[in-house]
Amino acid sequence: MEGKPKITVDGLMKAFYKKQGSVIALEDISLTVDEGEFVCIVGPSGCGKTTLLRILAGLEQPSVGSFTIATETNDRPLQSMVFQERGVIPWLTVRENVAFGLKMRNLPKAFITERTDFYLKKTGLERFASLYPKELSGGMKQRVSIARAFANDPEILLMDEPFGALDEQNRFILQEELLSIWAETKKTVLFITHSIDEALLLSDRILLMGAQPGKIIEEIIIDMPRPRKMEDVRKDPEMAAKFIDIWRHLQEEVLKSRE
Amino acid sequence: METQELARNESFEVEQREWKLRQRKERGKQLLTIVSPLFLLVLWEVMSRTGILDIRFFPPPSTIVQTFYDMVVSGVMAKHVGVSLYRIFIGFLAGVIPGIIVGLLMGLYSPIRHFVQPIVMALMPIPTLALLPIIIILFGIGDLSKVVTIAGSVFFPVVINTAAGVLNIDKIYLDVANNYQTSQWNFFFKIALPGALPVMLEGIQMGQAIALLTIVAAEMMGATSGIGYLIWTSYKAFLLPEMYVGLILISFFGYLFSLILRALQNKLLPWR
Repeated sequence: MEGKPKITVDGLMKAFYKKQGSVIALEDISLTVDEGEFVCIVGPSGCGKTTLLRILAGLEQPSVGSFTIATETNDRPLQSMVFQERGVIPWLTVRENVAFGLKMRNLPKAFITERTDFYLKKTGLERFASLYPKELSGGMKQRVSIARAFANDPEILLMDEPFGALDEQNRFILQEELLSIWAETKKTVLFITHSIDEALLLSDRILLMGAQPGKIIEEIIIDMPRPRKMEDVRKDPEMAAKFIDIWRHLQEEVLKSRE
Repeated sequence: METQELARNESFEVEQREWKLRQRKERGKQLLTIVSPLFLLVLWEVMSRTGILDIRFFPPPSTIVQTFYDMVVSGVMAKHVGVSLYRIFIGFLAGVIPGIIVGLLMGLYSPIRHFVQPIVMALMPIPTLALLPIIIILFGIGDLSKVVTIAGSVFFPVVINTAAGVLNIDKIYLDVANNYQTSQWNFFFKIALPGALPVMLEGIQMGQAIALLTIVAAEMMGATSGIGYLIWTSYKAFLLPEMYVGLILISFFGYLFSLILRALQNKLLPWR
């Protein structure tokens, strides 16, 4: 995993201006994510983790500071985002949703079909390809969202609590599916979650964020060998200790923000 | 084991009986829906034949049906209906198409919205029918003045619903479009138009109803044919069966157009 840095964030600040009093959402965020690394950002709600992701996704501008995403070739998009459950476009079929990024880039038809088929198969959506999202369960919708992002073949993947709305069993299944696709493609992933379990299972490294103002307060390396299974993570005493460590930090942050 | 089997069968039977009962009630309700208009017609027939209703104002339905038949046979019907449908169709399109274009522009570009919105809001409450004398002076007493009147009435609900439809698109789809580097062109056809379509079609449905209301009134003034003209001249000549035929025609076409637009809606919005 000793890669070169893929994402470099340098002294990033984000303030929101309001007449009644401005707030600092992100304070002096500096981080690097290496090529092929899976990094989770964990933090209490309102700590600005989604804002950070939206800035990296080009959906918002930083107030001060900058970030770079390293590129090798020009024909790849910089980043693609896996949105929360509502991010699947309801008036496009499953196939059209998965092909969305490719179509928007006006790639050759045959290429789009091949790539779309590949990821439809990979995510087990083949049978549902011609259905509209309303006919899918929450878990299936998120598979569409994941397939869409991977099919676009970006330099990095950004994921904004993609499994937040799912029930626990579905979440475990999708987490393991995500890991298996990721293991094949070796994409660099920045993943936001509020679930400690999820972060422990998925990450090479966890960044803990504190609230008000949002900043990174702790870095935890997860060196448990892959492939990982939920059962193994739950059984491992070292992971249990890490869980408690993270939980204490978060608890502190939550209490602090209540004062 | 044996007893368990029996208990199962019994529970199925109980549920089956319940189901049959519910079915019978459903059928009863459907029957009521069919009976109610028939009941009204029979009541009307009996009351006007027995003189409880004044036969001069309320000719019995059987007479109206006879008149209807005579008018179809003589070809008078086809002439009036054809003229009115032509005006409605052209006027409807002439109102809906600019309505959609202006509505989309308003929804997509906020400077345009801020500029156009007050004008639309100020003009909307003015009934196009109140402008009919001016419209007749400008466009004559032929088809054109009717078409303009209908277009003017249909335009407003379509504009407002189309703009609202665009503005109501969930912000997350705009984020998705941005994140996947959607061009202006694709954004318009893949996100804005389909996203706005459900609310837009509601506006078109409203426009359809307004078009029918408008044609009748527009043809009452400065016209020589059409369903509205038929109603108005029959009324003035005190030919009430003919007038009722005109009213029935309007009711029929209103219902028919609603059905057509609903079918279109289901066709255009398979994802709903």
